[in-house]
Amino acid sequence: MSRGFRANASGSVVAWALLAATTLAGTGSASAYTVYVTNEKGNSVSVIDSETLAVTGTWKVGRRPRGVTTSKDGKELFVCASDDDRIDVLDTSTGKVVRSLRSGPDPEQFILGPTGNLLYVANEDDSQVTVIDVEKNKVMAEVPVGVEPEGMGLSPDGKILVNTSETTNMAHFIDTTTFQVIDNVLVDARPRFAEFTADGKFLWVSAEVGGTVSIIDVAARRVVKKITFKIPSVNDEAIQPVGIRITKDGSKAFVALGPANRIAVIDAKTHTVEKYLPVGQRVWQLAFTPDQKLLFSTNGSSNDISVVDVAAEKVVKSIPVGLLPWGVAVSPN
Amino acid sequence: MLASTRSPLAPLALALGLGGPWCLPAAAQEPARSAEAAAPAPAATETRVGLIYRPEPAPSSYDAEAAPEDEGVAGARMAIKDNNTTGRFTKQTYTLDEIALDATKSAVEAARELVGRGIKFLVLALPADEVLTVADAVKGEGVTVFNTAAPDDRLRGADCRRNVFHVVPSRAMQTDALAQFFTLMRWRKMFLIIGPQDGDRLYAEAFRNSARKFNLKITAEKPWTFGPLAKARGDTPTRSEAMVFTRGVDYDLAIVADEANDWGDYVPFRTVDPRPVAGTQGLIATTWHPTLETWGAAQAQNRFRRQAGRLMRPLDYQAWAAVRSIGEAATQKKTVDPAVLAPYFADPAFSLPAYKGVSLTYRPWDHQLRQPVIVVQPKAMVSVAPEQGFTHQRTPLDTLGIDLPETACKFP
Repeated sequence: MSRGFRANASGSVVAWALLAATTLAGTGSASAYTVYVTNEKGNSVSVIDSETLAVTGTWKVGRRPRGVTTSKDGKELFVCASDDDRIDVLDTSTGKVVRSLRSGPDPEQFILGPTGNLLYVANEDDSQVTVIDVEKNKVMAEVPVGVEPEGMGLSPDGKILVNTSETTNMAHFIDTTTFQVIDNVLVDARPRFAEFTADGKFLWVSAEVGGTVSIIDVAARRVVKKITFKIPSVNDEAIQPVGIRITKDGSKAFVALGPANRIAVIDAKTHTVEKYLPVGQRVWQLAFTPDQKLLFSTNGSSNDISVVDVAAEKVVKSIPVGLLPWGVAVSPN
Repeated sequence: MLASTRSPLAPLALALGLGGPWCLPAAAQEPARSAEAAAPAPAATETRVGLIYRPEPAPSSYDAEAAPEDEGVAGARMAIKDNNTTGRFTKQTYTLDEIALDATKSAVEAARELVGRGIKFLVLALPADEVLTVADAVKGEGVTVFNTAAPDDRLRGADCRRNVFHVVPSRAMQTDALAQFFTLMRWRKMFLIIGPQDGDRLYAEAFRNSARKFNLKITAEKPWTFGPLAKARGDTPTRSEAMVFTRGVDYDLAIVADEANDWGDYVPFRTVDPRPVAGTQGLIATTWHPTLETWGAAQAQNRFRRQAGRLMRPLDYQAWAAVRSIGEAATQKKTVDPAVLAPYFADPAFSLPAYKGVSLTYRPWDHQLRQPVIVVQPKAMVSVAPEQGFTHQRTPLDTLGIDLPETACKFP
């Protein structure tokens, strides 16, 4: 596995040079976003320029940073400091922690509401979802869910929040006006991530141990399709789907497959797996640039991130970051 | 903060609305309209799980690493809480009836008492003989027994019982896990040192079988005749005869068979030739370790430490996996009916996610839980078996322990 990965990394220099000359040259500085990667065991955030693909800084944060997202205007970065039971808020112009939010115990993943104020947090050790008013730093609600809540998805209209619980193996549907669980859908073992399609009609949920991605009809709240994966020369047990991203036009989905060290590229309409992109080891979370030209993956065991050219469906570079990269977010501008 | 106004461990408190005005109980919700609930919603049902264990005798005051009184029990309690958290959404509740055996009560009496209360699931943290007497005493009463502590291969072989499921890895699985790691490391020559107790003899037998299976060479075997020197600790000087008995042996690795932890820890650093030590001490094969943190194990470690106030031990994990098997089967079958669940544990469709990176299943031919086995030294994870490269037509997990063609188990 590592051999395949290295060959890819060294071969990517040429590919990247070509890509830089053809794809990115024409787009100018408009495509220069900032990429933030949480390093779970480095207690830091690596900062990367999406145009030069160079690490421009490493910021200190609380212990065991995992979930990460930016404010709507990109001026603030939110980082789950799981072992410090808080969410650190960083000023992206200085890289300093300016305040911390009371997140409840062991925050792992979160998602920001459409207005940019309410933050929905999965408290992994505490079987609940905490809703935080970011401006007032106030807990608005605590919603009891299953054991080890993890994945957080929000419908495009912001009305339905979905949390997946890893040991209960359910997707919990939460009404964001009443903060009540309105339904639960059983999925495969150890659901890690929930992602709505842009039209809000379907929800994709990855199951790490089950090795599948369930597609849930949001209106009917039932599983309509299960995607499975098969990679020659990779043990089925090593195929552990985690992060999911779907393009805005609904054409392609990318699924990180954990210790299979691959990202699956899926036709999001027919649900067929088209190819597997070899990336670093234990690939975990994914994030697009806002223009969706690039996709970044965190590779926990090889301490790097992979950069995917979305249109070409090719890995163009790997970038060393800190210890055990976990989450990734890209600035909106 | 709201979280501080209640116990983080009390789902019922949440359901009763004790979490404060903003805390809205999900248990009050109908699980309506989900694909699962499209069938008639199950009535709220309580499942009682019986646990029988024998507490360790109180340790000497100077024993720094004594087994805690609630070893195993604390794991079962955590699994009951986990089952109840999930049960909020499936309308299932679980309770644990614990019986600690003392001189006045036998395991069979305890089992009869629990079954008399209507209990259909028994979790045992008992030696092999008592597992058998309990299994036979409750035969025909629709009771499923989970063995969490007895690694004896005969319980999965000639003495297997249809109503017993084994969560603890057999000795064969433990020694196969070590043998695979030694093969990977190209350590071939083994010096087997065997303690005086029955378990030690059985462990040595399992190791001999693993050596044959994985082509390792046992270059010498000697009995341990120097008593429980490890338990004597630092207050006795190193005994010279115990050192020199390793002289003149050609070996890569010393394998100690000491299941009672009496002397195995005395061997490392005292052999004449500098050689690593493995087996029941030194490098060991087990189910759980404080340094296991991948595959979500960190969450289980944290949850357990908060609930029990100590580190999770292998027996805690095994009791947890037994009780979670019941909860998981009930979630998957959407019923807690013991008549439905009992045959389902051995169904290939059953699976238990249990912090090992793969779903665990029970082998249909002997009811042993298939599972990766971790190889650890006292302060670090070293490896996980099955090792890379050991393949099997069914699953690599079946390279550990007794496979279908070799099994001596014939369910009556």
